[in-house]
Amino acid sequence: MSKRIDIVSLYPKDMNIYGDTGNVLTITRRLGLYGYEPCVHFVNQGDAWPEQVDMILGGGGQDTGQKKIIDDLFERADLLRGLVEDGMPMLMICGLYQLFGEYFETVDGTRLDGIGAIGAYTVGGDVRRIGNLVEHSEDFDDIIGYENHSGQTFLREGVEPLGKVGEGLGNNGEDGTEGARVHNMIGTYMHGSLLPKNPAISDFLIRTAVERRYGSFDLSAQTDEQRAELSQLDEYCAKAREVAVSRPR
Amino acid sequence: MFATVAIGRGVRHLARLTRHGGSALPGKVVERIDPGFLARTLAQLPYGVVLVSGTNGKTTTTRMVASMLSDLGLRVFTNPTGSNFTRGVVSALLTEVSLTGKLDADIAVLELDEAYAVHFVKQVRPKYSLLLNVMRDQLDRFGEIDNTARLLSHVAEATTGTVVLNREDPRIAALASKVPRGTSVRYFGLAKALKRFFPTDDEMNAAFEGDGKTADATTPSAGTATGADDTGAGTGAGTGADEHCADVTLVEVRDHAATFLMDGRNHDTDVKLEGVYNLYNAAAALSLVRAVAADVPETKMRGDADALIKAVSDVTPAFGRGEVIDVNGSPVELLLVKNPMGFRLSLASFAPQGCDTMIAINDEYADGRDMSWLWDVDFTSLRETGVAMVSGVRAWDMALRLGYEEVPVGTVDTDFDQAVTSFVTANPGKPKHMYCTYTAMLKARAVLGRITEVSDAGVGR
Repeated sequence: MSKRIDIVSLYPKDMNIYGDTGNVLTITRRLGLYGYEPCVHFVNQGDAWPEQVDMILGGGGQDTGQKKIIDDLFERADLLRGLVEDGMPMLMICGLYQLFGEYFETVDGTRLDGIGAIGAYTVGGDVRRIGNLVEHSEDFDDIIGYENHSGQTFLREGVEPLGKVGEGLGNNGEDGTEGARVHNMIGTYMHGSLLPKNPAISDFLIRTAVERRYGSFDLSAQTDEQRAELSQLDEYCAKAREVAVSRPR
Repeated sequence: MFATVAIGRGVRHLARLTRHGGSALPGKVVERIDPGFLARTLAQLPYGVVLVSGTNGKTTTTRMVASMLSDLGLRVFTNPTGSNFTRGVVSALLTEVSLTGKLDADIAVLELDEAYAVHFVKQVRPKYSLLLNVMRDQLDRFGEIDNTARLLSHVAEATTGTVVLNREDPRIAALASKVPRGTSVRYFGLAKALKRFFPTDDEMNAAFEGDGKTADATTPSAGTATGADDTGAGTGAGTGADEHCADVTLVEVRDHAATFLMDGRNHDTDVKLEGVYNLYNAAAALSLVRAVAADVPETKMRGDADALIKAVSDVTPAFGRGEVIDVNGSPVELLLVKNPMGFRLSLASFAPQGCDTMIAINDEYADGRDMSWLWDVDFTSLRETGVAMVSGVRAWDMALRLGYEEVPVGTVDTDFDQAVTSFVTANPGKPKHMYCTYTAMLKARAVLGRITEVSDAGVGR
């Protein structure tokens, strides 16, 4: 009997853009190939929170999507903040990254409160930062993806970024940071989809989830066939990364 | 005027001599020296300007409208494929007008990219507009899809005669409220049974309802209904679309045949077009042509149902929209893919069984630099047959995508010429499907042109 891992896909109806489903697919498929049994819970507004949760994946959305989920997000704010503090592995992309921060102030000065799970705030900008992006991180090698946002996010002092980027790129185009890392939660502007081309991050989320639930990450249930399939995927991935870093922004 | 046309043509001639190739260069020069050229030239047209915009199907639908209107008796000016921006229209006009600036046509049918459509309507108010859909496409260029809908609302606001809207796309149907007083609205629509082929952008995500079990069970596979039109779930921006009576409804689709409902009567016809989405574009074109026919005297243009249906049956597929090229006895179907919905619809329309499949993904500016769209396409329908060849600049991204979807991948080859040649010459006689992004399609046609006869689809090779 393989060990089960429960994943919440948060607001997949309204916060799901630019291939965010690719992140969920990458986690479930890799878990399966490591010999674990993934189980995805799609949690939209008003849906019950599953009894067992080992990982949370959230995506980006348009302004309309953010408005639709904001009330529900506040209902769950204590729970989510607690889970971040507790070390739950999470990935929040773009729109949910912003809403996990303290607030978002639009260009006309309207303030939309976030849940404050990340010490960061975002202000609306006139410039949309769009393009291929490679960021550097000690924990995850080079992180390869694509950014597309006009909000400028600023991290509070002491908050770790996910990675370092060149001038004009990343969180705000000013301080060379991209994304944020709070315990085991990762917030980022990187699409790509992020996880398929960044297996170091995928495996960090997976390993953390498994270790928290079962004490240790073991590959005893993995078959040779699964190992071969995983290495095939990783070979495709290595080549895709090689090409991606050579492309214009 | 004489000077403008002469200079514009001179630049075009030079551009060709120097193999500059850019069809927009003469347009650029003319826009600078004579900013009124576009509006003044198009203002001569007795029946005005038709503007076609939206994410998917612009080229096909523009071609259909132009072909039908000219079949029915009008002299039509249209912009060639790939020049769907204002400057491209100016360049195209330069080749058509006389040196005194006279445009010898009754009506113009222009395809414009959403962003350029906004610039265009500031200069020229179209008499007719046809707004097809808003989908996730090249969001890196326009931002977000609600923003794209806003761009199209400027077109609706500027239209003086009739706006034709897609009843089944909530963001498009909602534009009816933007239509100025005195301008009429028509809708084209789908019979309920066909709606499952056309999930809206919102419905693509509506599959992620409730507490599903595994990722597998939740990926909406091609051709299965999301159920959203029956339950009302998932269409967040629902406008109660069925309340509007459609001017033209696509009722049924068969092999190279379709049924359209107009004025309460079903009309069956054979078609040369492939794929259910092209037939829905035909419904859009029919509705637009009916709007024109209502304004043009019968002596000038035939507008009866039989003539319209005949005109639909004569339309041929456009470049990369189900174009079939014979390579040593293998029919090779070229399918242009540029966004998740278009790719999904193509996969749903062309069953892979009994065929070899190739996918070529480039990421040049015209294709879109962002690869994340590949993760919004559902490839499960290719699991059974696999994909024989993957190529293009981003071949490895595509292979990775297919790998995660458990679709068997044959060869991955980033050498494009070699990939195309070996793919089309393998298994002689077996039909082939080639899914290509825009620039990959241009290259594929060039490679095929060296192997066999490829017609010039107005885009060069």
